Amino acid sequence: MSIRPMTPQELLLPVKPAFILFTLVAALLANLLPWSGWFRWLAPDFVALIVLYWCIHEPRKIGFIAAWGLGLLMDIAEGSLFGQHALAYVILAYAGMTLHRRVQRFSLAPQVLHVIPILLFTDLIVLLVRALAGAEFPGYAYFLGGLTGAALWPPLTHLLKLPQRPRPDPDRV
Amino acid sequence: MEHTPPPLFRTGPTPLARLMIFTLLSIVLLIADARFGYLTVLRQVTAVIIYPLQRLAATPAAVGERISGFFVSYNALKLDNERLTEKNLALAREAQQARALHAENEHLRGLLSARERVAAPAKTAEILYAARDPFSRKVMIDQGLQGGLAPGQPVIDHIGVIGQITRVYPWLSEVTLITDKGHLVPVINLRTGLRAVLAGTGNDSRLELRFIPLAADFQNGDQLVTSGIDGIYPPGLPVAEVTHVERNTAYLFANIICRPLAGVNTHAQVLVLEPVKSLPERPEEVPEKTPRSKRKKS
Repeated sequence: MSIRPMTPQELLLPVKPAFILFTLVAALLANLLPWSGWFRWLAPDFVALIVLYWCIHEPRKIGFIAAWGLGLLMDIAEGSLFGQHALAYVILAYAGMTLHRRVQRFSLAPQVLHVIPILLFTDLIVLLVRALAGAEFPGYAYFLGGLTGAALWPPLTHLLKLPQRPRPDPDRV
Repeated sequence: MEHTPPPLFRTGPTPLARLMIFTLLSIVLLIADARFGYLTVLRQVTAVIIYPLQRLAATPAAVGERISGFFVSYNALKLDNERLTEKNLALAREAQQARALHAENEHLRGLLSARERVAAPAKTAEILYAARDPFSRKVMIDQGLQGGLAPGQPVIDHIGVIGQITRVYPWLSEVTLITDKGHLVPVINLRTGLRAVLAGTGNDSRLELRFIPLAADFQNGDQLVTSGIDGIYPPGLPVAEVTHVERNTAYLFANIICRPLAGVNTHAQVLVLEPVKSLPERPEEVPEKTPRSKRKKS
């Protein structure tokens, strides 16, 4: 196996807490959009994706309380069991925080390989909770959302890093 | 002697400890909600926080609908108008007949001294969005506690039954559709008068009649309407149409598949009815003398 040189880390401006809050609210909104037909299955859980992103990139700025609270809000919005998303997001946040040093060292493609199992595991927890409560397996299309979520990881990373990039210095030629 | 080094920064409990705390908290909530149905107040409070977001998220679709409604072609409008005029005439004739029948019915009922069926007062509401939960079929409507709604009220559209309100928040309510896996509607076959229970399957275009004997008279195209014996749905509302009847002697019951009549997931406007509450009190059960071991009902 060849040892590839690590990708050099960018120097970024500190992220503003207001921006984190804004992205989380936007993710909640995206989840609440009236998805229909196949999009219901394809649409990723945006809140899970954004929570994971901030847990990996800014583990000191977002915590379990935020993940848990967002989970409760999602439970209300979906009319599901109270606490199922909260449980899933808390475990997601833990996975993101423990893996953040490792994941950050990778370039985007291997990062996706880390994100896929984490998101699928989150889906699995929700499935497990519902199965215990008596629901039936809704079919394998259930896991599609996690995969599209992982596919959205690279564009999302670019997008969310934009406000942190320093402005190009006009004096430099 | 061993000394642990003094901590440089206070970091609070380790992530693992926090994970345990919040996991435990979630599990407590889950059990309290699923097993005992507490937490109504907590749900209400959380619902208030997320309400503006729910309204905001439903706005683009509503605006889009309004815009697409604005650009309707003249031709489409004309065709629509013609169709509606025709329908209006047909309905007017039926209405006149119905009036006569109603009068006759009232007379006969008076003779039978039966209780008169009161026309249930209704409230209009709009579907905001369908819940994303893949394990159930639910929609949110824009009326709630403030509009005087309560759990258990039936919800219909202009064709037939859509579902029933299961949870009420301050400004929103959650409607469980008849296609939800755990939803049952007592129905009656219009052609034969047979009573049955119509169950959702979790599929948007499929309902099934459960526990129908093989010899029961059900045919494709039979109309099923609510029978009203549950005290929730008023009798006579169209629910479904039989689309497939399979009688396999290997099984005890016939396999009867139906199609919901109402636009369970297409219509935006719905009507919330008052539940019928004219059922007599349930007679008290006489306790059995011989103690029997309790079996779990599945």
